[in-house]
Amino acid sequence: MKFIDPHIHMHARTTDDYERMAAAGIVAVIEPAFWLGQPRTSVGSYIDYLSSLVGWERFRAAQFGIRHYCTIGLNSKEANNEALAEQVMEILPRYLVKEGVVAVGEIGYDDQTPAEDRYYRAQLALAVQLDMLVMVHTPHRDKKAGTIRSMEVAVEMGMAPARVIIDHNNEETVQDVLDRGFWAGFTLYPNTKMGNERMVEIVRRYGPERIFVDSSADWGVSDPLAVPRTAQLMLERGIPVDHVEAVCYGNALAAYAQSGQMQAADWENPIPVDQRTLFEGNSVLRGQVPQVGVAPAAGLPLGELAFK
Amino acid sequence: MTPFSLIRHWLYERLPAEATAWFDGALDGVIRSTSDGDLNLAFGLVPRKLGKADLALTAEELRAAQGARAGWDPELWSVDQAARIALLLATQGDADAFVRRLDLLCATADVAELVALYRGLPLYPWPERHRLRAAEGVRTNMKAVFEAVAHANPYPAEQLSDGAWNQMVLKALFVGSALDPVVGLDGRANPALAQMLCDYAHERWSAGRPVSPELWRCVGPFATGAMIDDLSHVICTGGEAERLAAALALWRSRDPAAANVLQRHASLAAAAAASAVDRRAPRTLA
Repeated sequence: MKFIDPHIHMHARTTDDYERMAAAGIVAVIEPAFWLGQPRTSVGSYIDYLSSLVGWERFRAAQFGIRHYCTIGLNSKEANNEALAEQVMEILPRYLVKEGVVAVGEIGYDDQTPAEDRYYRAQLALAVQLDMLVMVHTPHRDKKAGTIRSMEVAVEMGMAPARVIIDHNNEETVQDVLDRGFWAGFTLYPNTKMGNERMVEIVRRYGPERIFVDSSADWGVSDPLAVPRTAQLMLERGIPVDHVEAVCYGNALAAYAQSGQMQAADWENPIPVDQRTLFEGNSVLRGQVPQVGVAPAAGLPLGELAFK
Repeated sequence: MTPFSLIRHWLYERLPAEATAWFDGALDGVIRSTSDGDLNLAFGLVPRKLGKADLALTAEELRAAQGARAGWDPELWSVDQAARIALLLATQGDADAFVRRLDLLCATADVAELVALYRGLPLYPWPERHRLRAAEGVRTNMKAVFEAVAHANPYPAEQLSDGAWNQMVLKALFVGSALDPVVGLDGRANPALAQMLCDYAHERWSAGRPVSPELWRCVGPFATGAMIDDLSHVICTGGEAERLAAALALWRSRDPAAANVLQRHASLAAAAAASAVDRRAPRTLA
């Protein structure tokens, strides 16, 4: 089975992760621009970060046969530093129109401050102007109200719900999101919040339409194999195969293919995995023999891919 | 015709009317603009508006390229690369403004944009102002970007110092890039590079790793002393391509010791002489 992880911060992950993800069947990832765990102090470090998303990280992923896409945006936490936020807003358009940028994101609310609201709206306006999709990060605190507010503001600013992905949903938010016609992303956090078991029950109850899962793996405790692991659990619990494929692959593709920047042909009609010529370079391989023409074996038992 | 007008002409011949209309508007915006905002946006939008097909120039068009700028080889260029370079060439202002603009474009570039920006090096005005930029491109960890500078590009041979040039050649071997597409490889060979390459071969041998036969091409003209011993080692123990490469290098050395080694490998010496003539680098056997 093929998988897409439509929300993962690969810049914080190792090549071991890339290897295990490819081996588990992940063919494409979307890396939303986010914060770094600590606040940036200047627009320069923001520029370097955004450049790494469209450059270095894309190159790294390609060496493991994984297609890397990204979303570009000013995140809600750093929207609260208005001096920085103003400068970031100035450089965003040039990144938004680059190849492989599938949405404006992840944007939205954190503490739901006036500054967050202002830059969320400004970026929604940019998305409308550039005819782009939007990926919304919903707040971890005051979640339900924050999610509803995110959707209402998106519509108010002129976004069609079908062009907005609402991420980090849970049992309390999913019904509203689906009823209003938005896409509903679910982040599978190990130990906390949205676990794999709960996800199985959500798919059983709501079906597979407009729902998909992601790992949001980053520099914190997180699991870059959350999507394939959840797929395995769903199959074990009797969720139909086509529902599992929709939730772990097809729906994310359908949502983000609307951007015109991401399509199945990118990995189905490949350019074979060629670590010497795809984006090339051997600095990541550091003397290993490059793999040419053969994708890493897919479908290894997940038990063998457990964290080292 | 200037390179700029050639590129524009090639694009008009290949693109549908809707695409050329967008491109005309973008060029117009760049020419009139007083800030770089128009350039930055148009530069990013190029693949979405014009696609990424190969430019696939005809033999005649490639000759025109050589006529417009000696050494310019756009055979492997794509539509988006050509358009991006044309946008940059259309900008107005002095040398400082151009360098600053190029720096900013590179700082915020994705992989494909970097490849285009570095492929454009031989066409930029104020060529002596882009040496640091070219050296920065050589420093990349992304092989496609490195090759945009190193391959089919006359700029490095024309502008890089010996030190930067030698780093580029050594890095090509280091990252597994071919040397043959490097423009001016033989003309820029120098004794320091020959020594660096032999040292690198020793490192590879110590690690039990193969050495590219191409390495010896830049060693030959300056091979002397211990380098002759290295070539002798390769001609005795190497694979077929390596032995021929060593013979060719020995044939190009002016050291009499090289001729002595070659005498013991008559068929390789003959093959080397024939191969060297093919390369139009005539030189009599020592």
